[in-house]
Amino acid sequence: MNLPPAPVAGTRPLSVSTGSPRGPRRSRAAVLGESVLEWVIRLCGISAILFVFGIFFFVLREGVGFLFGGLKLGEFFFSTEWYPTSLSNVRYGVLALIVGTFSVTGLAMLIAVPFGLGAAIFVSEFCSDRWREGLKILIELLAAIPSVVWGFIGISVMNPLIQEVFHVPVGLNVLNGALLLALMSVPIMVSIGEDALKAVPDSFREASLAMGATRWQTVRRVLLPAAKNGLLAAILLGVGRAVGETMAVLMATGHAVNIPKSPFDPVRTLTATIAAELGEASVGSPHYQVLFIIGILLFTITFAVNLVADLVVKGTAKG
Amino acid sequence: MLAPSVPPPPVRPRHPPKIQVRDLRLSYGGQEAIRGISFDVDRNDVFAIIGPAQSGKSSLLKCLNRTIELVPGAKQSGTITIDGLNVDELPSVYNLRRRVGMVAPLPVGLPLSIFDNVAFAPRAAGFKDKHELAALVEQCLRQAALWDEVKDRLHTLGTKLSGGQQQRLTIARALSHEPEILCLDEFSIAIDPVTTMRIEDVLKELKQRMTIVLVTNLVQQARRLASRTMFLWNGEIVEEGPTDVLFSDEPQSRKTYDYVNGIFG
Amino acid sequence: MATTFGETPFIRKKRRDEAIVRVVLGLMALAMVVPLLLIVGYLVERAWPLLSLDFVFTNPTHGMREGGVWSALLGTLYLVSVSLLIAAPVGVLAAVYLNEYAKKSWLTRIINLAVVNLAGVPSIVHALFGLGAFVLFAGMGRSILAASLTLAIMTLPVIIASTKEALAAVPLSFREACWNVGATRWQTIRGIVLPNSISGILTGVILQVSRAAGETAPIMFTGAVFFKRIEEGNPFAYSLSDQCMALSMHLFTITTQVTDAPKALPYATAVVLLGSVLLVNACAILLRLRLRARKKW
Repeated sequence: MNLPPAPVAGTRPLSVSTGSPRGPRRSRAAVLGESVLEWVIRLCGISAILFVFGIFFFVLREGVGFLFGGLKLGEFFFSTEWYPTSLSNVRYGVLALIVGTFSVTGLAMLIAVPFGLGAAIFVSEFCSDRWREGLKILIELLAAIPSVVWGFIGISVMNPLIQEVFHVPVGLNVLNGALLLALMSVPIMVSIGEDALKAVPDSFREASLAMGATRWQTVRRVLLPAAKNGLLAAILLGVGRAVGETMAVLMATGHAVNIPKSPFDPVRTLTATIAAELGEASVGSPHYQVLFIIGILLFTITFAVNLVADLVVKGTAKG
Repeated sequence: MLAPSVPPPPVRPRHPPKIQVRDLRLSYGGQEAIRGISFDVDRNDVFAIIGPAQSGKSSLLKCLNRTIELVPGAKQSGTITIDGLNVDELPSVYNLRRRVGMVAPLPVGLPLSIFDNVAFAPRAAGFKDKHELAALVEQCLRQAALWDEVKDRLHTLGTKLSGGQQQRLTIARALSHEPEILCLDEFSIAIDPVTTMRIEDVLKELKQRMTIVLVTNLVQQARRLASRTMFLWNGEIVEEGPTDVLFSDEPQSRKTYDYVNGIFG
Repeated sequence: MATTFGETPFIRKKRRDEAIVRVVLGLMALAMVVPLLLIVGYLVERAWPLLSLDFVFTNPTHGMREGGVWSALLGTLYLVSVSLLIAAPVGVLAAVYLNEYAKKSWLTRIINLAVVNLAGVPSIVHALFGLGAFVLFAGMGRSILAASLTLAIMTLPVIIASTKEALAAVPLSFREACWNVGATRWQTIRGIVLPNSISGILTGVILQVSRAAGETAPIMFTGAVFFKRIEEGNPFAYSLSDQCMALSMHLFTITTQVTDAPKALPYATAVVLLGSVLLVNACAILLRLRLRARKKW
């Protein structure tokens, strides 16, 4: 069937080894190696799923004894009494810890959301290119500071500062933790928020500016509505990060199981409790198991927050 | 050759056709791009496909070398045979792609040296001999009428060439795997008329050795090069036949006349 | 001036509002950045009396009240390198799968979701996982290996996300050109896609290093200890099955447990940790800026 190509005048006919359109066969080893590699790539691809399930499975596995043994759901969620090591009166109520987590997170968001979104709008819409580059690099570096360093800053810088400014006896409290968490979660808000604003087509801006609107009017009337899903996702990811933060809140919030009545009260969060007590709880004891159950609780909260953020972003992609 | 008032009888080629397309349908996520077309392409011939944008020309070429499989959401039915063999049943899609050379509308210099650009396909096919490779690269660059311009800087980046040079580099790359069929998709869209004419000369030469499928936005280019032409519109064949007939004053379809004479499209 | 076109009170107000907004938003952005500079400056100032090469290269002594940070620094180096060896190949290949192989399907959607969620799992939950899976279930005990594996899984999503971004920046037309000449997917990736995204991939890997170096919670219960005596000047003083000290853990310990240490000691430790992390980050940023400047297309 295959007629050999007729040689063209002036060009050398291709030698047989180079000439077959099918090419010389690649060596069997090369073909085999490639298919093995592609399987490895596939395996790595699905590894993320395995790890997420693995985390859930192994954390639950360590805590499951408590789930079917000592767990009293009512006490667990609605009691503020956390006496896991008491000899006479063991209590595993995590309400105070949950309230602690959300009070610190909430206050942090109260500070971080306006600043984060404001910075995102500034970087994306009001800034010259040179300033933008510089600011983004600084914000990136801000994100790189390890949480234990933040915790140290909380103890060594914020603590005396809060005592001084607000005339309170102790500076390790909700406010301290919230300030740290705000600084920690702003970078992620700025970068995701900026992406969301950048995703709004330039034609929207041009159309608005052409009608004589100022930049700010454009931002408020056109960009914010158009980018609202992305900005919401930015906030949610910031919340997720704040809820899961461990070292900074462990060091800076005063470490007292307590329902806070003011920002100057010390609290303890879910994450800090695990970090502080896991080292002392003996493996397999109810105390040890309940810490893993708290881990599952944290996993579930952050999973839900991330899932919602993802769905919200996917909503933007469609709209 | 011309039959002014009577539509010409279908001229069957003497040899079995090189490419046979039967009832080809293609849709992207439910939207039909090609609506059941059938045609033959003769061996060692230039077959031109003309038609306005979005008429399914480029998609058709992608079906020929099965790169359509790499487009997310594309669904194809119908058969394409080359030398009587169904392309969907070939054991290796990579061999198919080496048999069917493809030149995209916009020139793509890979971010490699000029030499490596041309040597990419032979190397991928498992070719190692340095001397043969050098000879092959030179031959392909000569065939694409680029050799004289680049022979002193084969090791500079292919992406740094001008648009017209890059397009000839693309053709050289398509020749490097010795295709039996060369598909060109609106190759002149991004280059100047002088370069276009040079490449057309190259094609006239290549036609003696391979079958050329030429998708073009310039109807006159089809007239200059092709012996048969197909007018595709909205995924359907309006008319297919000898180029002379399509460009005559009385083609089979009024639409063809209007299109080749610039009344629409 | 009276004839200036369009200078009505309304427009003047608009212009004034615009200026105010610009200043307010700019201040908000600065408010996030200035503390960084102030705090870093303050830490360095307080740490100054102790900062020297000696501090970096000597072991802590006298119950961590004197001496340097060598054993902790070396431990961190071990943890970071081992976790890098594990996370970098898996992460890069996972990103290659997602960007180059995966079709648009529910599986791809779930993988992407898993990556996002993996990035959001709190570090202390990673610690619980590492303890449950590696230390206890796999029987590695508290060791550098177990801690590094925990760190690797934690930093995996960072590598996947940045690698994916780097791969996506390579134009589709290059891939199509390769497919058209009969190259396989892997030949295309190996020959064109990876060489042209390597800088972006490296940036992501470097960021992983900086993140792993700063983490405390995941290594606390999987391999890091408060104190361990090692030989000074020997870079191979730890083995994979040993427990080790780590810089981040060391800072936590001397801040919260050792109350009578000299004032400058925790500051100096914080500066060494922060300095190395920021240095690594600065490298990543420089690399990115440099390679952005000389693109090949």
